[in-house]
This record gives sequence, structure tokens and C-alpha cells, in this order.
Amino acid sequence: MIHFDAVRSNKVKSYLLLTFFVLLIVFLGVLWGIIYGDPLSGLVLALISSLIYALISYYAGGSMILSMTGAVLADKKKYPHLVHSVEGLAIAAGIPTPKIYVIHDTALNAFATGRDPSHAAVTVTTGLLKTLNREELEGVIAHEVSHIKNLDIRMMMLAAVMVGAVTLLSDFLLRSFLFGRRESKGGVFIIVGLVLAILSPIVGQLIKLAVSREREYMADASAAVLTRYPKGLSNALRKISNDPDPLVDNANKATAHLFISTPFRKKSGWLTKMFSTHPPIHERIKRLEGM
Amino acid sequence: MIIWILIGILVFALVIMYNGLVRLRNQVKNGWAQIDVQLKRRVDLIPNLVETVKGYAKHEKKVLDDVTKARSSLMNAQGAEANAQADNMLTGTLKSLFAVAESYPDLKANQNFLQLQEELSGTENKIAYARQFYNDVVMRYNTKIQSVPYNILASMFRFNEEKMFETKDREPVKVSF
Repeated sequence: MIHFDAVRSNKVKSYLLLTFFVLLIVFLGVLWGIIYGDPLSGLVLALISSLIYALISYYAGGSMILSMTGAVLADKKKYPHLVHSVEGLAIAAGIPTPKIYVIHDTALNAFATGRDPSHAAVTVTTGLLKTLNREELEGVIAHEVSHIKNLDIRMMMLAAVMVGAVTLLSDFLLRSFLFGRRESKGGVFIIVGLVLAILSPIVGQLIKLAVSREREYMADASAAVLTRYPKGLSNALRKISNDPDPLVDNANKATAHLFISTPFRKKSGWLTKMFSTHPPIHERIKRLEGM
Repeated sequence: MIIWILIGILVFALVIMYNGLVRLRNQVKNGWAQIDVQLKRRVDLIPNLVETVKGYAKHEKKVLDDVTKARSSLMNAQGAEANAQADNMLTGTLKSLFAVAESYPDLKANQNFLQLQEELSGTENKIAYARQFYNDVVMRYNTKIQSVPYNILASMFRFNEEKMFETKDREPVKVSF
């Protein structure tokens, strides 16, 4: 039952996110239009471009993310273990076998992406394949397969693509306000401040929406149900948390929340914690071992 | 008027319940198909394996015969229980085959053999997962057709109980390193 609730809430959230995104862009477009004295063309431009962007990110977001992280399709001859594990767990979860990708990187990490279970991909780093044994690998893959089954992937994918767009846009707006031809009436600076004030918490909210810690805990729990062996995943997480070099070369802020553990170097301090995209790994291990 | 509305609501409820049963029954079928695909795959891999092992270990006739026999009984098995039984038997004979293979270093180094071994263990894993999925669905389905008010519909439209994919006499799993 948990599963169906998760799927429904993820569907609703995805559509809300898309709508919200289009509205936001339209709002910004009109604002831009007003400042330059032509609100109507601002509206039309913003509407068209945001709709196109939303459609593209919905249908191609998965492949965009895959190419951003430098993932390549896994060859069955070369990684029979990996392919078998993914196929098996897809059967256990009752979803079609997702596409399987690897990232050539020594860091220990993995993620899933796509818009629905029939258009999904699981990606692991080669470092992960080298370090984990079969049970541990299956635990990690079960976690990713659970993200696919619960439709977390759609939410996470949309958030990734949109955080990227909003960042880009606010950057663009800032520049156009600062270096625009039109002489400011003084009010412009207030508007710029306003826009930035609106945008930055929104970006934060988007990330938060995507990475709610519950989502990770729930994927861990479903993984335990799929493999019937929570220790596999908890051992894997322990190995991952001891990884001396967790940096995935091609990871950035927009894709960070996709990974099974945060793909950046460990830092401490309240700022990191506040913007942390993942629940603390030792807490996850503790919960898994309590199952 | 009110009576007609009530009848309408009743019919609507029945339709929804019936469709729910059909959906579950199809899930059971799909779950079984998943198991069946993997069992077939396993059956297909075995002649290759037997040939490869024969090339290195001609004298292990008994073990090889056992595997072949278990394979053909799996091919002829009907129904979930019989299939599960035959599959269990095949797993057992394969285990002794791979144990025997340990004493033939040339065989163990054979690329083809290694590939088959990985393929078979992958398939075995997938059977286990498919079984897990199937049994879960069967349990949901059986529970539903036994509960009120679905049981009335189920007996009217012949929704029959399904058997789980499992054997009655289960051997304890031996773990060795």
C-alpha cells in the first residue's frame, strides 16, 4: 500500500512542479517585458520557451542527465554480474528491465533516472562494481529499482533539469538588468532584488521537494523488501561511506540529489547540513540494521 | 426512482470489483510468465553446459546423467508445484555438477564454462526473484477471492485459487565458503 501512495504523490508532485515551473517562467517573462516596455511579447516568449523546455525535460530529461554524468551503456559481456542483478531485481519489483549504464569513475556511487518504469535507467560507477560483493551490489541496485518503481525518478529528474534552468535564467536576468541598455528608473534595482529574493528560495524548495529524506529512507526499506536481505544494502552503505574519494567527476549541483550518496567531498558545518541532499548515511545504516 | 439509483450504484460497484479481480488474475498470469521465461532459459543453457563438462570430465557420467534427467523432468512439469519441485531437483544436481568441476582445473579455466556458470547462477537468482514476485501476487489474489464480498463474485465467475511456486519439503540451505 505504501507503494501506491508513493506513486500517486509523486505523480501529483511532478505535475505541480511542471505547472509551477511554467508559471514561474511566464511571471519572469512578463516582468522582463514590463521593464522593457512590452509585456505582451514577454509573455508570449516566456510561455512558448517554458512549454518547450518543460516538454523537452519531460521526454529527454533522462538522457540529458545520463550524458551530463558521462554514463555509457553497460556491455553484458563485460559486466555480466551487473546486468544479471538489475534484471533479477526488475523481475522482483515487477517492472520492465531498465537500461543499464556505467560511469568510469573510482568513486562509489549509483543513481536511477527516467520518466517512468518503461523509460528508466540505472547507473553505477565502475568503482562500485569493483568494491562491492554480489549481495551488496544487489542491495544498491534494489534501492535504485525502488526509486524507479515509486516514480521517484520522475520527480528527481524534473527537479534536476529545472534547477538547472532556473539557475541559468536568474543569472541571465541579473545580467540583463545590470547591463541593460535602458536607463534604470531606480525601481529596476528593487525589482532585481525582488526577483532574486523570490528565485533563490524557490530553487532551494525545488531541491528539497526532490530529495525529501523520506524518499531515501523509503527506497532503502523497499530495497530490503525486494532483496529480503537488508544487510546487503547496509554493508554497501558502510563501504560507500568509507570511500576516501567520493567525488564523481561529472556530478554537479543539479544532479547531486540523484545519487545514492552525496557525490561531493565531505565537509562539515551547518551550511552543508542545511543544503545536504541526503540523510546521514549512518542513520540509514542504523535503520536498515533494525529491520 | 430511488430504487433505480440504488441498483445503478450496486451494478457500478460490482463492475469495479469484477475488474479488480480480473486485474489481479492477470498479474498472477504475468508473474507466472516471468518464472516460466527464466525456467526455459535455464533448461536451454543446460545442454551446452553438459557438453562442455563432458569434454573435460567424461567419467562423471552419473552426475551428468542426473542433470540431464532433472532437466527433462523440469521440461515436462505441469503447474506451479510440479515446476517448483523439478526446479529444486535441477538446482541440486547442478550443485553437485559444479562441485565435481572443482577437481578439473582445465575445465574451471574454460572461458565457455565460466560464462555458462555465471549465466546459470544469474538465471537461478532471477528465478528466485520471479518466484518472490509471483508468490506475493498469488497471496494477494487468493486473499481477495476468499474475502467478503469478493468471494461471491469469485465463485460466480470462476476465479479459482492459485498455487504458490514452492515445494513442500524444503531442504535446509547449506552455506559453505
